Parts: sequence; C-alpha cells; structure tokens
Amino acid sequence: MTKKKIEIDGRVIEAKDGEDLLSACLTHGIDVPYFCWHGALGSVGACRQCAVKVYDGPDDKEGRIVMSCMTPVADVERVSVSDPEAVAFRAQVIEWLMVNHPHDCPVCEEAGSCHLQDMTVATGHIDRRYKFTKRTHRNQDLGPLVTHEMNRCIACYRCTRFYRDYAGGRDLDAFGAHDNVYFGRAEDGPLESPFAGNLAEVCPTGVFNDKGWSRDYARKWDMRATPSICPHCSLGCNILVDQRDGRVKRVQNRYHGALNGYFICDRGRYGPLHVVSEHRLRQPLIDGMPASEHDAASAAHAIVAEGAIGIGSPRASLEANYALQRLVGPERFFAGVSDLESNLVRRIVEILRAGPAKIASLHEVEHADAVLVLGENLTGTAPRLALALRQTARGAERELAAQKGVHAFLDPAVRTAGEGRRSPIVLATPLPDALDDLAALSLRLDPQGVAAFGGSVASALGAGGVEEVEEHSEAARVAEILVNAERPLIVAGCALMSAEIIEAAARIVAALGAKARIVLLAPEANSIGLALLGGDGLDSAAALLKRGGAKTAIVLENDLFDRAPRASVERLFAAAKGVVALDSMANETTARAAVALPVAPFTEATGTFVNYEGRAQRFFAAVAPQESAPASWRRLDAFGAGDWHGLDALIGDLIVERPDLVAVADAAPGEDFGMADGKVTRAPRPYTGRTADDRAGQFADAVIPVDQDGPLTFGIKGARGTAVPTPLITSYKTSGLHSANNVTRFLEEVGGPLRGGDPGALLIKPGEASLPDAVSQRGEAGEGLWLIPLHDAFTGGELSRASALLAARRPAPRLLLHPDDAALHGFRDGAAVQVDGKPCAPVVTLDATVPRGTVVISAGSCQPRGPLRRVKVEAAP
Amino acid sequence: MIGFGWLEALLRVGRKLFVKPETQLYPEVKPKLYPRARGRIVLTRDPDGQERCVACNLCATVCPVGCIDLSKAVADDGRWYPEHFRVNFARCIFCGFCEDACPTAAIQLTPDYELSEWRRDALVYEKHDLLISGEGKVRGYRYWSFAGKAIPGKDKGEAEHEAPPVNLKGLLP
Ligand code: SF4
Ligand code: SF4
Ligand code: SF4
Ligand code: SF4
Ligand code: FES
Repeated sequence: MTKKKIEIDGRVIEAKDGEDLLSACLTHGIDVPYFCWHGALGSVGACRQCAVKVYDGPDDKEGRIVMSCMTPVADVERVSVSDPEAVAFRAQVIEWLMVNHPHDCPVCEEAGSCHLQDMTVATGHIDRRYKFTKRTHRNQDLGPLVTHEMNRCIACYRCTRFYRDYAGGRDLDAFGAHDNVYFGRAEDGPLESPFAGNLAEVCPTGVFNDKGWSRDYARKWDMRATPSICPHCSLGCNILVDQRDGRVKRVQNRYHGALNGYFICDRGRYGPLHVVSEHRLRQPLIDGMPASEHDAASAAHAIVAEGAIGIGSPRASLEANYALQRLVGPERFFAGVSDLESNLVRRIVEILRAGPAKIASLHEVEHADAVLVLGENLTGTAPRLALALRQTARGAERELAAQKGVHAFLDPAVRTAGEGRRSPIVLATPLPDALDDLAALSLRLDPQGVAAFGGSVASALGAGGVEEVEEHSEAARVAEILVNAERPLIVAGCALMSAEIIEAAARIVAALGAKARIVLLAPEANSIGLALLGGDGLDSAAALLKRGGAKTAIVLENDLFDRAPRASVERLFAAAKGVVALDSMANETTARAAVALPVAPFTEATGTFVNYEGRAQRFFAAVAPQESAPASWRRLDAFGAGDWHGLDALIGDLIVERPDLVAVADAAPGEDFGMADGKVTRAPRPYTGRTADDRAGQFADAVIPVDQDGPLTFGIKGARGTAVPTPLITSYKTSGLHSANNVTRFLEEVGGPLRGGDPGALLIKPGEASLPDAVSQRGEAGEGLWLIPLHDAFTGGELSRASALLAARRPAPRLLLHPDDAALHGFRDGAAVQVDGKPCAPVVTLDATVPRGTVVISAGSCQPRGPLRRVKVEAAP
Repeated sequence: MIGFGWLEALLRVGRKLFVKPETQLYPEVKPKLYPRARGRIVLTRDPDGQERCVACNLCATVCPVGCIDLSKAVADDGRWYPEHFRVNFARCIFCGFCEDACPTAAIQLTPDYELSEWRRDALVYEKHDLLISGEGKVRGYRYWSFAGKAIPGKDKGEAEHEAPPVNLKGLLP
C-alpha cells in the first residue's frame, strides 16, 4: 500500500492511499466530528458532520468545504479542520441534528458513553435556540435483548447498514420519509438476527441499547471493565466484561483486528451473564446436599488421596487443565468428552500443525476468494465466522468496483458498481442454512454424504482418492472453483462429530497446497487447549478405573452428561469409587458427585483459552474471586498439584514441562507488569461512590479488591489510554471521547490491527510437523436414525444456556423428521417421542428438508454431544 | 520616633466594649440561615408527590469527594428511580455541586448544618433518610414533562414542545 503525504492544519501526516480523509485524520489522532462513518460500514455521507476544508494547491486561498468521509486522500494535498468556515458549518449541522432531540440524557442508558454527546460537546453546541415543537415517534418492543427509543435518532443509517447490509438481517429497516424517517421493524417483535446486540454499539445514540444492561444498570463511567475472552465457541472473540459492586452488568465487543473486529454475536454478548444466573454452584455439596467448606474439602482430599484420575474440560482454562494434569499425572489425565471427540480435536491439531495450509484468522476469512464449508451450520456453531463469510462473499463485488475505480470505503457505491457479484461460497451441510442466500451452491447431504462429497472434491483435485469423479459433477465443479481461486478457504469442524469430514477437509487443503487456508472448528472455547495437553476421552477413563488403575476421579468444570453419551458417563460413575467435581455451575455432574466444590467462573479468574487458530488468549478476573469459590487451579494446588503462589508460577511450570507451549507466557503481560502510572486500571476515572460506604473513612482502601493473578488493578489509580499493551486495554476513552467509536485511535489503520499488535500468541505453526496417518474411526454401528444436532446461535452450549437473557430469546427445542421416515415409523406431526429410551421434550415436527434416515434434535435439549451416532426414536410410552 | 498610633488602636478596640456582641450563644440561640445555605442534603419530590430523582448519576459523578452512591431501577410505569441512594456526610464537603448538576432538581442542600453523631457510620444517610415529601426550593418543576420517554399520563408527543407522534403509515409528505 502506497502512502501519501497530506498537510492538515500545518501538520503533515502519511495517509494510506485508497483510504478516506476522515479515516486518515482519526487514525492520526486528529479529531473530526462524524456520525454516519463507521470503521466496518464505510462512508455514506448521510450526516454532513465531518465537513473540513480542502485546498487545491499552494495558491488556493479560498478552499472548499467537503465531507471528509467521502473524500479520497488521493484527491487532496492540504486540509484544514480548524478553518472557521468549516467549524461554523459543523456547528450548524449538529444544531439541526439536535433540533428534535429529546431532553433525555438523564434517563438514557447511552449517556456517558454517547457518541452524540461527545460530538455535540466537541462541536460547541451548548444552547438550544430552536423553540418550536419536536418530532416524536412511538417505540417498538424489539424482544428481550435490545431496547428501542426512536426519539433519539439522528438518521445516520448505521443501524440498517449494519443489520441488513453487513449482517444480512431482513427484519429491520428504514421507514417513512424526510424528517419522519423511522428505524425499526414492520411490526413489534424480537429482532431475528443473532447479531442484533451489536446495534447497541453501532448506533451512535441511545436508540438501541442492551436491554439486559438497562435492567441491571450502571453508567459506563461507573463500571470496571476487564478484558476477557468469550467462552461460548471456539472462535475466541475478545470481549470486555463490565461490572459494578462485584456484579457483572454487561459485555461489550473488544476490538481484535484478526478476530472479531468491531462485532461479536449475541451469544457472546448475553451468554456470559450465566455468571449471574441462579444456576451457579454457590456452596459445597456432599452427595448432592449442602455442606460446609471444611467438611467438603476434607472429604474431597480423602477421595483424591485414594488415587484419582483427572477429567479435564474444554471450557476450563489451559491453566486449570494443566494443574489437574500435574496433580494426577499425564497417564491418568483424560479429556472430559467422548473418546471420538478427544481424538477428533487432537487430529485437528495434527492437521493444523502439518500445514501447509495457513490457518485463516477471521480477518483472512473475509479476504478469501472461494470457500467450501463442510458440514458446519456456522450461524449456529461459530456465529461470528458466519458474519465474516458474509463479507467474504462480497469480495468479487469489491474487486469489480475497484476495477471501475470506485474506492472501497464508498460502501453503497461499491454495492452498485459491483453489480451484485458474489465470491463463490459452497455449503455442503445437512440442513437449510442461514448463509444459503449468499452461497453459490448449497448442497443438502446427510453427514456421510458431506464426508463423501468432501472426499470427491479432494479426489477431483488429484489428492489420490479412491473414487473416480465424474467430469461435470458438483464435486468436479467445486474442485475447479477452488483450483482457480487465489486464496481458497476450507471450513469444517466438529458440529456433526464426524472424523471423515475432518479428514476430507485435510485432503482437500493438502491437494490445494500452500495457497489454501483452513478453518477447523473445535466444539468449545478451549477444546484446542485441552487437546494440546493431551488425554483420551471418557471411555478410556472408565476403562482405566475398571482395570483398577485408579480408584476415584476429579472432574474439572464439566457437566459430563452434556458432553458425552449418557452410557459412557454412567460407566465412569459406576467404575469410580468417588467423584469430586469442581465447578462454577450447578449441574447433573455436581449433583451426582460425592463431593462438589464451587470454583470461580471465567469472570472471576484469570486464565488462557486457546481458540481454533491455536491462539492463546488471556482473560482476566472481572470480579475479584470470592474466598468461597477460588480459581479451580487453586483448589487443585491445595490438593497438591504444585506449589504455586500465583498464576505466573503455574504458567512457568507449564512451559518448562511443555516447551512447545512456551508462547502461552506471551499471551499477555504477567502479574508484575506495571507502567509509569502503576498497574493498568479497570476503573474509569470518576467511578462514583468511592467514599459513600467506606464506613465513613475508617477502612478507606480496604474495600478495593486485590487481583492476585493479573496485571490489572481494581483501584482508580493506574495506567489507561493508548499506551496500554493491547491485551490489557480496558477502555477506548481518550480526553473528551467516551464512546467505543473512539477505538479508531487505538488502530494502526481502520479495520486493521491494534497499535502494538493484536492480542494473543499463536501456539500452532503450520508446517512444524508432518501429518501422521489417520487412525480409522467409525461412528458407532447400531440401529436407528443418524442423529444430527441442531445448533443455534441463541442456544450454544452448557454455559450460554444458563443465561436468563439468552434463554428468553432461545427458540423452542425441536425434533425434526423427514415425513417419509416419520411415516415409516408411524409418527405424526406433533407426536411425543422418546430417544434411546429417554423422554424427549420437543415433539416431532415433520420437515421435508431433513435428510432421509436422520433425526434432527436441538442441541442441548435431550441428547448430549457425542460421536456421530444412530439413535432409536420411539413413541413415548 | 514614637507616635500615638497605639492610642488610636486602643480606642478603636475599646469602643467595641459598648457595641452589641455578634457572638451568638449556640445552641441556645440558633443562627438565621437563608434557604440557599448549604447544609444537609435532601431528595425532593415533584409537585405531584412523585420522586424527582431519576438516578442519572450526575450528582455522584460531579461530587469531588465521591460520597454519593446510587443505583438505577425502573418502576413498573417506566420511570427511572434510585433503588438505593446513599450520601456519606462524614465525607461531604457541602460544596453544592450535586445540586448544580442535578437535571431534575431532586437533590438539594438545606440550611440544616447540625450533623453530629457519636458514630461516624451514623452519618451515612440512606434514601429513606434523604427523601422528603416536598418540593424543596424549586417549585413546580417536573422533569418528566420535558423528557422524551413516555410514562403513564404523558404519552409520546405530550411533553413540552412535542408534536404528536409521526404516523408512519400516512401518505402525506
Ligand atoms: S442519545 Fe446521547 S445525547 Fe441523546 S439522550 Fe441519549 S445520551 Fe443524551
Ligand atoms: S437508530 Fe441509531 S443507528 Fe439508526 S439511524 Fe438512528 S441514530 Fe443512526
Ligand atoms: S459465541 Fe463465538 S462467535 Fe459468538 S462472540 Fe463468542 S466466540 Fe465470538
Ligand atoms: S443528579 Fe439528580 S436526578 Fe441525577 S441521580 Fe443525582 S439526584 Fe438523582
Ligand atoms: S461522517 Fe461524513 S457525512 Fe457522516
């Protein structure tokens, strides 16, 4: 990318050729007020707020006013932001935007981090001269997640541009005309898109906001914000967790240039509120009954002393899993998932390590020019990736527009000039998919069919497959698309738990060579981290106990009944003399365990998750851990796992034992990290009420909790701002700018990496090992229908299902059968059934899109995760 | 040179012997304070007897010693109100910034300065200690009749300077 020098009010900056003047100003710390421009949505020139003066050459004394967001830097030499005419123009614009604005700031959630407030103050509009009546609007009920207060709208169109153009939603639109324009749905009802929560951040005013936050509210300046990682899928989007008084209030997007960028999905925004749900395990249990900490801890010690195996968890941190592995020894450490799943995820790591395909970050996904998705319903399993693919599809359009000389930032113009061209995306999945509308080809296949199709594509690519591929078959066509692409991307994963699908993906990327990019999705946030530590699945664990290799078991942060077929979990419970469960949530495993001890959830502990790229990312304790629920590694430490006074000591032991994971230590600064102003602080500067209940001065500082494991402090004194290392950024505030829009200040370039590098450390380097042969893994033989889990963005996994907010938006669980299969078994629409002898809540729905020979059941409703398998569906007794 | 300045000073001071003393014998005699005097803080109600405070947190933010703490809740009728409201008078410096910042005229300082307690924590006042039943110094002001949010009895378009809500289905330009 070439650079271009421009002079702005006497200061010379180097702008990136091809960007707009506003972006250039903002990334260089020159404030120009704006509303409709957005880093991910581009420029539309709707608000007229970003006016500046440009001069044609050295002799031009007059200059002319232009909208900086619509002006390519290529066209300008000399610019003035502070020119009196430009200043007066902007002051007029804000005044007319505020003409209808309600007198609402005191009762508006946005106030304090409102972009409109910031811009109004920055522009100097402090006195209302307009004395006539204000236009008003009626609000709509947009469901349980998002508020609506239309009077506050300034008609920047960001909401519809995000919701419709960027995220592919259909049910939010602009209505009315001129001064009356209205942003909402055709009628009241929940917003359908699983990305609707982003409206709270996209809208520069208080029209849309986070409803959960509004219910349990504190002003932005009154909440401590902590950098964290979303625990609800393997993408590992970065989030900020806001809390006050030790209670988590809301989650916001935390910018990550390679991953989530400006947006997260609703599961990531509302799912983390499971930590304030009543499903938390608050006190120790002995045989399912409440017990004292002392009794429970000594009972647990006794059980562990008998010789325990350790059952790890894909939702516990790398550190917690390692502590458990250290306590029981690697031969007695098992992954708390089915054998097939643990093999599958370890195989994924092998494939990624072998290369040569590059592991695509979400940013790279957006720049792929052909995509094949094998078996994954992305909107359900990794929603943010589905959102990225929507941008990928626009690649061809962007390219054509660029050929015609249309600048990429002129988003609506790109859409017109691009003539609706789409980069090819091929979906080979069992069920209708939310991405079908932009796919070049959607194939509906049963799980075996998906694997076979992947195999045929690989064979057509000359990967030495067994079968002949017909010349004009779909597989041949897809192979051709991939061969002709410069940056082909293959996406597969564990949604169907089929080893063959993963192998097919590996064969395809191997055949495509170094230009290929790959995404292999693991089931959970730290599945890859667990696989890196090693360990077989639950069946092997039960077998070891049965052989007498150990007597008891410690289960780490894991509801086993949700992660493996009931039969294997029952085998484990039958074989173990005693089970100790450590968990933050109350579930069937903690109820059945001999002893259950409460531990800190991810918002109360510091740790590392390893995402699908093999990126180790640190999350920090948003709330200081309570004594009654310490981090799980501390409990394991007390059992004798190590002698760790802090997390850094544990990580030190981990990287000595596992030099291949040495980068874990680089994921974020350690607990000793400090800056000139001290530790990085979570608290914004005002942070009210600091002395209101400090027992009238007697214990002033005693109330500020201490963070034992991280480099952040809970106090208000400390470092903030743009110099803070990127994994520790707690706020995008700079002087006078309080809203998250100000993130641009922290970026190297708009949409690019954070200044100082995106957070996280990559643990997997493609090409560092050769690929061992696959161990043949067959799905269990047996009778019945093949089970296809139905994944859903609002449901997610064990943790997100416990969030009351998300539950309010969750679709009712379903059980789908093809009408012919139903007829064969004598089921009618609405029939009550049992699956594998267990009653199933959802009744039968007939659906002709379901592949023959399969039954589709909502994930998490009545069948746990587990290998691709057959289940018996029978009429309920 | 020695002058007679000392004599003048003696006379000036000595004259005060015959003037009425300013010293008041508090507590037997209470000083007369004007309503604007800044003492104990109260939360007032609007002319309809409704709580004025909307829990906007501006007073707490502007407080230089940080002695105000409150949390927002929403009543069934949609009004915002403070679920708890706490002022620590052991810390308060009676600067009156909160009163200046308050957009609803809820928080007001009163001329009551008699705040002495044996125990310091008795100086932490909760909402039931602060909320009075009258309007205080500001008469007739109802914040909700200016705000754009609808509450029962004041629908959209019924606040001051508001036009009736737009009919989106209307065809007129
Ligand atoms: S949108 Fe911003 S300016 Fe408008 S009422 Fe809300 S906080 Fe105030
Ligand atoms: S609702 Fe918000 S995002 Fe949409 S046009 Fe109005 S101000 Fe802009
Ligand atoms: S659930 Fe997945 S896609 Fe959604 S925010 Fe979390 S990590 Fe990102
Ligand atoms: S400033 Fe006024 S309305 Fe706002 S919280 Fe304080 S007392 Fe209540
Ligand atoms: S930001 Fe440039 S016109 Fe709106």
